[in-house]
Amino acid sequence: MIGLLLLIRRDLKLAFRGGTDAAMAVVFFILAATLFPFGVGPDPEILPRIGGGVIWVVALLAAMLSLERMFSADYEDGSLEQFVLSPLPMVMVALAKIIAHWLTTGVLLLVAAPVLAVFYNLPAAAFVPLIVSMLLGTPTLSLIGAIGAALTLGARRSGVLISLLVLPLYIPVLIFGALVVDSALAGREYGALLMVLGGFLLLALAAAPWATAAALRQAIE
Amino acid sequence: MLHRFANPNRFSRLAAAVLPWVTGATIILFVVGIYFALFASPADYQQGETVRIMYVHVPAAWVAMACYTFIAVMSAVSLIWKHPLADIAARSAAPLGAGFTIIVLATGSLWGRPTWGTWWEWGDARLTSVLVLLFLYLGHIALTHAFDNPARGAKAAAVLALVGFVNIPIIKFSVEWWATLHQPASVIRLDGPTIHSSILIPLLIMGLAFTFYFVTMLLVRMRAELAARKARALRLNAAE
Repeated sequence: MIGLLLLIRRDLKLAFRGGTDAAMAVVFFILAATLFPFGVGPDPEILPRIGGGVIWVVALLAAMLSLERMFSADYEDGSLEQFVLSPLPMVMVALAKIIAHWLTTGVLLLVAAPVLAVFYNLPAAAFVPLIVSMLLGTPTLSLIGAIGAALTLGARRSGVLISLLVLPLYIPVLIFGALVVDSALAGREYGALLMVLGGFLLLALAAAPWATAAALRQAIE
Repeated sequence: MLHRFANPNRFSRLAAAVLPWVTGATIILFVVGIYFALFASPADYQQGETVRIMYVHVPAAWVAMACYTFIAVMSAVSLIWKHPLADIAARSAAPLGAGFTIIVLATGSLWGRPTWGTWWEWGDARLTSVLVLLFLYLGHIALTHAFDNPARGAKAAAVLALVGFVNIPIIKFSVEWWATLHQPASVIRLDGPTIHSSILIPLLIMGLAFTFYFVTMLLVRMRAELAARKARALRLNAAE
């Protein structure tokens, strides 16, 4: 347990001292979301309607962009081998990296999402559902993404490969995340949809650290 | 049993002996199946002749899903027992599965146009989950070939195949959980098939034909893969 917290603290320190690296995902998040009004036109009727979906899609892409860095630095400088040799189980290492990834990208996306919601003129009723759905959905993105990041360690063109592996598995989260915002806008009940998102999170939490650990062990063999 | 066929040479000999028989069975089944499907079965009273697309669409879907299940089982065997042929089987099956999935999507789209009035319906869970299946196949193929060391690619692809297996039950039950456009299961269900035998029998023959075709191609591809490995090993030996 202490090892887990130490690893998370180490990764957070690295992220903060690394400066711009962690912020890039959020900058991309905001930048990509501002492209859509130019693409579909600044119609005040359309923007609130597509806003929830656009914010979810862009959050997903931003989370994916940051995946490549998740293990690559540790893989290249040999830290990963030290983790395997350490008494800390590999599953804990994977879990620590996943939590650190969520804290450095998912949380930042959560903070930036209301700003984008304002850009898109989302009605006030959609704010809480958007934030709660992202609170439940973004950890799932980090969990699933970790599998893809670990599997592609040392691969040629790993960035493109990660997107091919991870995006199909992100689709369920995207569907239900965007549906929560949509239902809230239409004034429908969305509690059940949030529970589905929570179910995805629990499922990913039960499976992803183990799959990631298995993939990491293969990467350094 | 498992380890009896771990020897690639023994497997190759066995595959060579079996291959002419499964090839013949494939050809006969296709000839009989296509005759029944196109001529000896009735047209649907609502859909007319377009219902015959089913004889390609449904068997391709069965094989596409069975193929992914096969890859997942082979991946588990490869990761747990390090069986040397399991990797080769998974690697050889993936492009076949991707091909069948493309056939399913293309024929489904062609069938959807006259019956549902649309090429593609984003709201339908069956269509979406089969599209995800195609992406999983493509990811598996890409991951297998992404590493300089083929063994690493095989292992990574095996983990991916096991993770992606969650999609198979979703495809199977999507028509019951989210009943939208796609019709529910009518052949494989607990209370027996709900379609008439004049359609069911040609469908089952086509299903067998597709299965035998898959087995034939799998054996051919596995033998080619084994031969390629042998050639590589010989070349490396000669270079030393």
